[in-house]
Amino acid sequence: MAQLRTGVISFPGSNGDHDALSALEHDLSVEVRRVDYRETDLTELDAVVLPGGFSYGDALRCGAITRFSPVMEPLRSFAEAGKPVLGICNGFQILCEAHLLPGALLRNRTLKFHCFWTTIRIEQPATPWTSSLAAGDVLRLPVAHGEGAYYIEEHRLADLERNGQIVARYCTDDGTVSDEANRNGSVANIAAICNEQRNVVGIMPHPERATNELIGGSDGSRLLRGILQDALASAT
Amino acid sequence: MSEQSEAGRRWIIEAEIMPKQGVNDPQGDAVMSGLKSLSFDGARRVRVGKLIRVEVSASSEDDALDQGTRMCERLLANPVIEEFVVSAARIG
Repeated sequence: MAQLRTGVISFPGSNGDHDALSALEHDLSVEVRRVDYRETDLTELDAVVLPGGFSYGDALRCGAITRFSPVMEPLRSFAEAGKPVLGICNGFQILCEAHLLPGALLRNRTLKFHCFWTTIRIEQPATPWTSSLAAGDVLRLPVAHGEGAYYIEEHRLADLERNGQIVARYCTDDGTVSDEANRNGSVANIAAICNEQRNVVGIMPHPERATNELIGGSDGSRLLRGILQDALASAT
Repeated sequence: MSEQSEAGRRWIIEAEIMPKQGVNDPQGDAVMSGLKSLSFDGARRVRVGKLIRVEVSASSEDDALDQGTRMCERLLANPVIEEFVVSAARIG
């Protein structure tokens, strides 16, 4: 199999880009490069990550300005070509603002910035980013967000459920999806979703910050490793 | 007055952007409990939105309103979670 080439986009105000670069390079041993937000060609890449942070200072709405970055046009073609895209935290917000994912992310219901470890239950393993996991797997991952409450209109939520676009939900440690586990107040406990084609995934918790027991947990690698498994599967 | 100077008239557009009905507004809820603690007992259904003011050149009120609407649709508001009302006032 040819070496998988991945890219992590750095926007002005991204702060999770180096975490993602390090996770892919050191923990997954994947070829990765930093992609500048002004770049206009992503065709040589096999997978792209939009990292967390506060791109453009979250001005107006999280991701609202970022959406017009030069790199977003080639990213759209990249996504439409069916290649894997992962938006983490601010990356998730950007993908929603760019309409590459449905819905939006609102202020946490507590009005507080959430910075702690959380647990999510995998609902959809058939995406390039979750293919190494099984439905029902529980992962322990950190969150760091002020606007993490996923919102979508009720009738469109039904579409998400029907199309299997809900990738993960907040749950208790034993995997129960409850209101108590839904600390930011997301619709239907949603922590991660994908587009209809399932190649574009947005996730609020940070898998790239949980890649080694030394930093508190390694469940993030279990998730990110999906991209390797997926590449292996499509190469055979 | 020539056509050109008509087009050069200055307007202030105001876009009032509010969370859509049914969209949670925890900020509004927090303000509501603040009002309650100040004994504004009759206060109900507080919603917090934003007001964006933009100065533009426009040939008429319709032109100014049209520009404001397009700004809201493309950037200022997110139709998934927000609704907007645009108004315009001539300033020159």
